[in-house]
Amino acid sequence: MALIISHAFLQNYWWLIISLLAGLLVFLMFVQGGQSFIFSLPRNNMQRKMIVNALGRKWEFTFTTLVTFGGAFFASFPLFYATSFGGAYWVWMAILFSFIIQAVAYEYRSKPSNVFGTGVFDTFLFINGCLGPFLTGVAVATFFTGSDFSLDLFNRVTWGSGWHGLEALVNPVNLLLGFTVIFLARVLGLMYLSNTIDDGDLIAAVHRALVRNAIPFLAFFLTFTACLLAGEGFKADGTTGEITIVRYLYLHNLLSNVFTLIFFAAGVVLVLVSLWLGILRHSRKAIWFAGPGTVAVVMALFFMAGYGSTAFYPSSSDLQSSLTLAKASSSMFTLKTMMYVSFIIPFVAAYIWYAWRSMNRRMITREEMDGEDHTY
Amino acid sequence: MIENIDLSLVNWSRAQFALTAIYHWLFVPLTLGLSFILAFMETIYVRTGDEIWKKITKFWMTLFGINFAIGVATGIILEFEFGTNWSNYSWFVGDIFGAPLAVEGILAFFLESTFVAVMFFGWNKVGRKFHLASTWLVAVGANLSALWILVANSWMENPVGMIFNPDTARNEMNSFRDVILNPVAIDKFTHTVTSGFVLGSVFVVGISSWFLLRRRDEVMARKSILVAGIFGLVSSLAVALTGDSSARTIARVQPVKFASMEALYEGRSAADLTVIGALADSGERIGEKTVHDIKMKIGLPKLLSIMTTGDENGYVPGLKDLVNGNPDRGILPVSEMMERGKYARQVLIDYKMAKEIGDEASVTALGARFREQDFTDNYFRYFGYSYFDHPWQVIPSVPVTFYSFRIMVGLGFFFILLFILAISFHRRGTLESNRWFLWLSLFSIPLAYLASELGWIVTEMGRQPWIIQNLMPVNVAVSNISTGAVQTTFSLFAVLFTALLIAEVSIMVRQIKNGPKH
Repeated sequence: MALIISHAFLQNYWWLIISLLAGLLVFLMFVQGGQSFIFSLPRNNMQRKMIVNALGRKWEFTFTTLVTFGGAFFASFPLFYATSFGGAYWVWMAILFSFIIQAVAYEYRSKPSNVFGTGVFDTFLFINGCLGPFLTGVAVATFFTGSDFSLDLFNRVTWGSGWHGLEALVNPVNLLLGFTVIFLARVLGLMYLSNTIDDGDLIAAVHRALVRNAIPFLAFFLTFTACLLAGEGFKADGTTGEITIVRYLYLHNLLSNVFTLIFFAAGVVLVLVSLWLGILRHSRKAIWFAGPGTVAVVMALFFMAGYGSTAFYPSSSDLQSSLTLAKASSSMFTLKTMMYVSFIIPFVAAYIWYAWRSMNRRMITREEMDGEDHTY
Repeated sequence: MIENIDLSLVNWSRAQFALTAIYHWLFVPLTLGLSFILAFMETIYVRTGDEIWKKITKFWMTLFGINFAIGVATGIILEFEFGTNWSNYSWFVGDIFGAPLAVEGILAFFLESTFVAVMFFGWNKVGRKFHLASTWLVAVGANLSALWILVANSWMENPVGMIFNPDTARNEMNSFRDVILNPVAIDKFTHTVTSGFVLGSVFVVGISSWFLLRRRDEVMARKSILVAGIFGLVSSLAVALTGDSSARTIARVQPVKFASMEALYEGRSAADLTVIGALADSGERIGEKTVHDIKMKIGLPKLLSIMTTGDENGYVPGLKDLVNGNPDRGILPVSEMMERGKYARQVLIDYKMAKEIGDEASVTALGARFREQDFTDNYFRYFGYSYFDHPWQVIPSVPVTFYSFRIMVGLGFFFILLFILAISFHRRGTLESNRWFLWLSLFSIPLAYLASELGWIVTEMGRQPWIIQNLMPVNVAVSNISTGAVQTTFSLFAVLFTALLIAEVSIMVRQIKNGPKH
């Protein structure tokens, strides 16, 4: 056991946890995806209220997962935290702004005397629904395409571009992942609404919208995957740590690691099955396939980015400043301590599952919305 | 690079963090306190089956929800601002500081976010006992999250449980136990959460008093005052006790902050505690810092010595001792600490350069220095002082800490009296007839917020110029971004937070006026 728990093992373990949190975060962005339909899907205020209440009972999970994702990155790979957040300032700030306005929008939108009116808070939800997934996708894409930064002897970051992260928006590959994530979030949002709301008219509209969003999602995802697998990657030498650019690196990473391959293939199959169920069979259970599928594919992408001596946060302007798991990680003591803490995650997952099932046992109906209980 | 950091960037970064923290702290203490009050009320409902308690619980729960959302929104910014605005800090101490934040997410935030949905929406979806358990778990989760962030914050006040690694040029944790059981963390957690309980209780007593003044929903108001009054009294006594313990710890680990809180410039034995006083410019200076005299002073003889040393003749060092040194008391002058810190920093630079050029002999020799007890105890511990130009820079704003501390403590004792009166009038059934007390309770609500915010101002302003006590000044910790970028985000945050606060207060007032649903 003592031999297994090396510093390298712990770095890989924590990358696994980060990958899992990233996968869960993207899945839980069904809340954002659903929000992006707040103006286009409902035909009346009651339908809009049902959509908001279906999503509003889950927004805190997405929010909490985002916070935990950030906290876990800070604890396990602090150099990434310092480099990316301190450098790509505007991208992260834009993501944060979109989440601030989301948090209050649910609680305030239908409350009397909310000063700005329901429309403003619904617009907040729409902005978060579009910007949150899109910018998150763009930010994660830089794990593969690189960013313009350099580190000095003391690991202090200097960002090359005065745009501080916004320059990522002119890289087409980054945009491809951004659009992939937003259309995926929209697909997941529709599947979740279908699973949660008991309203014939609304669900018919959901099924129509599912077709319209599944097509661009698949197009963007396949194009991004093709670019990724056919493109170059940033490889660290196993002995010296020297970074070089290697063609087909991510394809190699996918094929050379059996777990990555299984996660990727299984995830893609599950998502395709969910689309078949949702679009052709009009099944309301599609989310239960799309969810695990999303988590698996995102985890596989993170495996490709970080495992196999790959620089998971490459610098496009100063190759040797690129961050690998070994370079960016916390000390062995901290990672080990945190590993023990992480053993509680299955317990956390269990109570979330129990509470989720208890709350979703009954679907959301018009009658419930008209009742006197707490609604958004 | 660091040496050339624009001071206005540091100040704007500090302003942005302060703005976020101050807004965040407008909402958090009410969540901490009200969550337990809700749990008490719902417990009474479940045990008695009396529907009035369900109605009361639901009313306060509505106000809790309005407050909770904006607290969550402002909280996420704080976590990420460590990276966006204090990136050098994030790397220097992320190995230690990040761990409590991650634990906070895993242990506390999920507990809170999972069961808060059950608490709000589960009245007709889950059983009565499951719902009650959810309400309790929300209270536990909220307070657990406070524990972890306060552990992290306390580490900045009193860095323990770590060792410096010259290879990575950062501090690394070597004892999680020491980080958690940091004496500052224990004091801070107990003092902060109990102060949140007090604020929650003052809020409930104050709003209930408004109902009594308007002669509306009087049964609900009286019952709420009883629950909040008892909870508030117990909590406010705990605040006083933990505050005393906290001050003693500060005197030990942050003597400059403590001397600033007392505006104590000349160290003395048998020092008296200033209860009330006004600061005036004495005309004397320590570097560029004004030395203040305390006018109109009302003091308690020898109490400061007793509180800090346990001995009525104990010596309490003043700011002049701490800046200029006092050989008789074993206090080094800051100028000496600066010299030693600069020496330690040069050793580190030499070590990194030797590694860069592959000079193995120098790497071995210099690396060994960091394992020498003499070097770590007498030189490296002053590493942070190497970044100062003048010794007086270690002195924080004395008027801010002095007045903030006194107003906070004074209000703390006022709340004890308020809760005693609330319970007393309730027992006698004379709440309604003492309208002055009802008005006083109502206007005590903003005072509770003031006391709570002042507590953080004492803590954070009193700690300046350090972001990590003795290890890292704020100007070294800041991200290398443009001042304009921070000014822009500061302005955006200020507008957004203010707009959301206005909406929050407006909704809250309307919900209170609507009263409980019948």
